[in-house]
Amino acid sequence: MEQLSGGDMIVRALEDEGVEYIFGYPGGAALHIYDSIFKANSVPHILVRHEQAATHAADGYARATGKAGVVLVTSGPGATNAITGIATAYMDSIPMVVISGQVQSHLIGEDAFQETDMVGISRPIVKHSFLVQRTEDIPSIIKKAFYIATTGRPGPVVVDVPKDLTHPEHKFNYEYPESVSMRSYQPSTKGHSGQVRKAARLLLNAKRPVIYAGGGVIQGEGSELLTRLARKLNYPVTNTLMGLGVYPATDRQFLGMLGMHGFYEANMAMHHSDVILAVGARFDDRVTNTVSKFCPGAKIIHIDVDPASIAKIVPVDVPIVGPVTTVLKDLDAQIDQQQSSSERTLPDAGAIADWWSQIDNWRAAHGLWHGRRYGDSDFIMPQDAITALYEATDGEAYVTSDVGQHQMFAAQYYKFDHPRRWINSGGLGTMGFGLPAAMGIKLAMPDAEVACVTGEGSIQMNIQELSTCAQYDVSVKIVNLRNNYLGMVKQWQDMQYDSRYSESHYASSLPDFVKLAEAYGHVGMEIKDKADLEPAMREAFAMKDKLVFLDIFVEPHEHVYPMQVAPNGAMKDMWLSKTERT
Amino acid sequence: MRRILSVLMENEPGALSRVVGLFSQRGYNIESLNVAPTTDNTLSRLTLTTTGDDLKIEQITKHLNKIVDVVKVVDLTEGAHVERDMLLVKVRAEGAQRDEVKRTTDIFRGQIIDVGPATYIVQLTGPIDKLDSFLSALGEAEILEVVRSGVAGMARGEKVLTI
Repeated sequence: MEQLSGGDMIVRALEDEGVEYIFGYPGGAALHIYDSIFKANSVPHILVRHEQAATHAADGYARATGKAGVVLVTSGPGATNAITGIATAYMDSIPMVVISGQVQSHLIGEDAFQETDMVGISRPIVKHSFLVQRTEDIPSIIKKAFYIATTGRPGPVVVDVPKDLTHPEHKFNYEYPESVSMRSYQPSTKGHSGQVRKAARLLLNAKRPVIYAGGGVIQGEGSELLTRLARKLNYPVTNTLMGLGVYPATDRQFLGMLGMHGFYEANMAMHHSDVILAVGARFDDRVTNTVSKFCPGAKIIHIDVDPASIAKIVPVDVPIVGPVTTVLKDLDAQIDQQQSSSERTLPDAGAIADWWSQIDNWRAAHGLWHGRRYGDSDFIMPQDAITALYEATDGEAYVTSDVGQHQMFAAQYYKFDHPRRWINSGGLGTMGFGLPAAMGIKLAMPDAEVACVTGEGSIQMNIQELSTCAQYDVSVKIVNLRNNYLGMVKQWQDMQYDSRYSESHYASSLPDFVKLAEAYGHVGMEIKDKADLEPAMREAFAMKDKLVFLDIFVEPHEHVYPMQVAPNGAMKDMWLSKTERT
Repeated sequence: MRRILSVLMENEPGALSRVVGLFSQRGYNIESLNVAPTTDNTLSRLTLTTTGDDLKIEQITKHLNKIVDVVKVVDLTEGAHVERDMLLVKVRAEGAQRDEVKRTTDIFRGQIIDVGPATYIVQLTGPIDKLDSFLSALGEAEILEVVRSGVAGMARGEKVLTI
């Protein structure tokens, strides 16, 4: 059997796992591993400029491809810098394997140079973690790490490796396991058939149904099945922020996003529904608004692969634990069977038609895509910037975002027709996510258009990655909606703090982003005139091999609407503009 | 409502901290905790008592099951079960109190396992309320130190927690 050092084992295991990229940053405790990377010259390594960016890049890669993202960092500050990115992946259930160097085994616990208890510090934000104790365990631990990260409800897994276990002179047998079985980890593979039967009955007898689909449908590769089911039943579909793209946005049955900045028709339909089919969604507080007022007349069917997600926030009538694909297939078959054995036509076409006419009324009244729902100004409106992006990319781009107003505008105005195209930090809400995530996606799919919608606040949280983009020719397009404020903070300060802009204004200190982009060897474009917006956008995307930083000056005082009324509001209670509420 | 959860988990480093971390992370309460190896040296058994309504206990159980190191979780309080806590108490045993403490210990069927010139250590095993009553029955005797093992428990009859 082949004898390898621990460092070589790690690289070989990643190779055997089919890893396409390692995102990382070297340092003392990881140097043996980095030497193995150099010698093996097999899996490409992307050198970021900050470990947080490595995790976001791996995360973006994972969200766009469905494969686990891989991160390699050193001990101490390398490990702690990775924490925000690990937490981001954890909150959105993204498969990721993070390998961190650790100080030598005999130094652990002695406050050695660059020592931090990585397993301890990451514990609440990982699906699982390993501290390697013997070199010969490395292959099986890496195998388990990928298995745990990618199965069941996916999530990040940390593998912490003390430096002495990767020493080049200490070699052990290497054999990469073909499969894993763990008695303590057996994710559900099938939903309970009795529950599926109940769910089908409830769905078919619904008069005001809504399908509420979240990021779990994307993770579980269930978009097609869900779309087929929704079309067969002619039921309306709303997607969560994490679920955008599950159901095609341009389809008639799509109600738009729901929740805090959700579409009027989506929130109204949820509130007035009698049956909700929740799939891979977790009743987040940004969706439900006040839980005690959540959808008072609705019976809820909840499909999720994670039993702990079910009935966590909202009591559920029909819980189904299982992978979205097998459950939706079973549900589809049950619906067929119950339809053919029923004496009545199911669902009740009259009731569903009435429901649609109600929804159409809501759309006509305040639907975001049914009329212009925002004002105008001398500045470019941020919504128009997103629409221009949508048109310049024919709705086919991978769009990452940071966190804030620009994120909500992108979610509202870029119509995602496919899953895995909208990449944002929904759960943790991590500013600085967008650019590195876009890097990870562009590396995975060099021919795809990748745009990072950001703001001048967020982009500065990981702007150093412009250098990484230069090193690896990562030609993403950065769409900076510059309003000279921390826009979402300002919006809340306008609404709840009498416009006292505490620490949310920094216009005088902003860099010249055009020059900054150019300093890194990229292209910068300043866009102030409305007339320039569309041509500039097209020009930017025509530069296939260039990273283009579009610095778009937008109306500084625009707010994101709708916005649910809080506290104590129900889903249907929304601000529709600065002065109008439901 | 008070519940006793029994957990079988992999005897791996860090497994205990994951369980304890879950409780602090999600704001659940641990009233007592007892953990020790089993006859299978790859497994530890952990028994903890907590309080909460059915919904909360369901969530706790689900989250415990989600921990990769956890192999099995049982809520002992769902069925007939036995539970025992062990108490060691060091009391001042001088003058009249020396006999009084001895008598109280006998009544509760405890044992004096250490005799000092002016102190006793009393060992007592039983359900929590028995130990609590013993402590209050010690009355005027001066309690110097108390340690309890935390509840350990098992289902009655044929039901077995094993893998």
